[in-house]
Amino acid sequence: MIGVFRAAWIIARKDLLVETRSRELVYTTLFFAVSCVLVFAWAFVREGKPIDNASAGVLWVAIVFSGTLALGRAFERERQSETLRGLLMAPIERAAVYLGKLFALLVLMILVEIVLVPIVALFFHAPIGRAPWLLAGLLVVGTVGFAAVGTLFAAMLVRAQSRDVLLSIVLYPVTVPVVMTGVQGTAAIFAAEPDFGLAQTCLTLLIFFDAVFVTLALWTFAPVMHE
Amino acid sequence: MTSHSRLVPLLLGVAVVMFAAAPFVIDTAPYESSMGLVQRIFYFHLGAAMTMLTSGLVCGIASARYLAKRSASADHLAYAAVELAVLFGTMVLVTGPLWARKAWGVWWDWEPRLTSTLVMYMLFVAYLLLRRFGGAGSEVLSAAIGLFGMALVPFVYISVNLWRTLHPKTSVLPTLPKPMLVPALFCLAAFLILYWALLLIRMRMEAARAEIDAAYLSLED
Amino acid sequence: MASSAGPDFDIVETRDLSRFYGRRKALANVSLSFKAGELVALFGPNGAGKSTFLGVLSTLLRPSAGDVTYGGRTAQDLGDAARTRIGLLGHELFLYGDLTARENLEFFGRLHGVTDLDARVGDALAAARLEARGGDRVASFSRGLRQRLALERALLHAPRLLLLDEPFTGLDDESAELLVARLRQLGGRGTIVLIATHDFDSADGLVTRGVCFRNGRTRDLAAGSGTLRARYRATLQEDWT
Repeated sequence: MIGVFRAAWIIARKDLLVETRSRELVYTTLFFAVSCVLVFAWAFVREGKPIDNASAGVLWVAIVFSGTLALGRAFERERQSETLRGLLMAPIERAAVYLGKLFALLVLMILVEIVLVPIVALFFHAPIGRAPWLLAGLLVVGTVGFAAVGTLFAAMLVRAQSRDVLLSIVLYPVTVPVVMTGVQGTAAIFAAEPDFGLAQTCLTLLIFFDAVFVTLALWTFAPVMHE
Repeated sequence: MTSHSRLVPLLLGVAVVMFAAAPFVIDTAPYESSMGLVQRIFYFHLGAAMTMLTSGLVCGIASARYLAKRSASADHLAYAAVELAVLFGTMVLVTGPLWARKAWGVWWDWEPRLTSTLVMYMLFVAYLLLRRFGGAGSEVLSAAIGLFGMALVPFVYISVNLWRTLHPKTSVLPTLPKPMLVPALFCLAAFLILYWALLLIRMRMEAARAEIDAAYLSLED
Repeated sequence: MASSAGPDFDIVETRDLSRFYGRRKALANVSLSFKAGELVALFGPNGAGKSTFLGVLSTLLRPSAGDVTYGGRTAQDLGDAARTRIGLLGHELFLYGDLTARENLEFFGRLHGVTDLDARVGDALAAARLEARGGDRVASFSRGLRQRLALERALLHAPRLLLLDEPFTGLDDESAELLVARLRQLGGRGTIVLIATHDFDSADGLVTRGVCFRNGRTRDLAAGSGTLRARYRATLQEDWT
């Protein structure tokens, strides 16, 4: 039996390979995220000026919404050829399937964010150059938290009825701390008088969240997947 | 089960008596300086809130046990606990705005504790929706939600408070002066006793439902 | 053999195996035993419990009651390593349409820790008569070709127990013949092969034993010299209590 991380890497590589071939997820998720931002622009831009510090919220909401769609779609694809069962039949620790899928989703979401952040900055006049590493840190760590919970729930729901709407229903309450803290930290960086200390506190809180919930997800993945 | 069947009426009886006595006990507490009579709702608001939190904790522990052992009674307990969490949560979310309106003029002002309650409430409702619409096998899935919900509580509390520290308001509850402590604890005890009784009743309902299912199964033979 | 050492066994047994969902009994007290080299057909109408039975034997589903043992040890005892010796081919074939045939085989081979992967993948493509199409995306394959590939994928790690759920569905004659020949070969090598199928004709002459499912219960296929279909019909007439 091969080790857990090796197996996870093989799975993640496969997911990324499939995605490079079809590019379905990248294109659709990105386009959706940008459309989302535009919808917010209609709502929050008055007389050609975005209202105070809307950019942080817009960015995070676009990430969460598009991330949820990408999750649903990624697992729906697995469901169609039952390939998730194929993965579960492999003689690897179940946690490897979780980690592999998580990593692939992270790559996808971060790619989307790399495009999304400049676009939000453009439309909402957000000063993204002010503290780029801190901003990147918040986004990456927050995305990990969202994806950690999302991957577990999406996998769980693969065989459930009403899975598409149920994913959003269960995911949003659980990721409230991530979004709230992420927006808080990002807004602190973008504010007229930036508060980097607060942003750093938010980053620390997000790191704790990630640690707890990735661990919890690793523990529950195997029992939950065993019907 | 026989010990339970005597326990439930006892608990209900005690709870009824305590709730009947509650107004009198509350009366012994002094009026709060700024809010006057309106503040009295706090005694029930607190009781309901603590009960909701307790129920969420019970659900989380039962969910963890179900995931580990797949024991039917753990599942029944988790399900009953979530339903009661939603019940008491509704009470909190109704009494909260009522109090806020009378005391500070707005129905909802994102007070940290109330906001945290709302987030947890949404999670409990999500559990129920998953149970109802998820199809076969959703016991395991909702157990995962229950477990995550319990782990989430400290994070919700911290992040909501962090979110609100920028806009402090006088809605933050001052530390309870001693004379208020007794009625507060009395009401809390009443709530918890009622909760315990309701939990047992609801669990018994679930166990009965499972028994009917088992009867159907053996009938097929 | 190809895969890293895992627990081997030459007998798979179920004892009073049951599986229920709420009020439905998918499997009811099934006690069966299968030995190395046996080719067994599982017959029965849809919903009778065949797929569930295969699911439990594959360790993907857990029993509600009773147990399954592989060489005397349960799936729980063996843990994840149990799956080194079990191969499953479901309705949906578990293939990634966007990847090529070769990539699909390589992916599963790597997950199974198959040594000498390139050679094994080459052999698998040859056995499936797909050498020429190794570099084509699976999405472009017909059902028959996909089936052949899927079977080889399930066999890459040389499982001791092979579970096939309706493998003959939608197969053209040539593919069906290939499948029968391959399965016969496996039986000869000591693999336990369980085939849930409605295709009596293809199974005729291939399987050495039959088990009939109805409402979650099982009964051995009636003995006799007639066709499998006739014997199945006869079994249904028997008293199953």
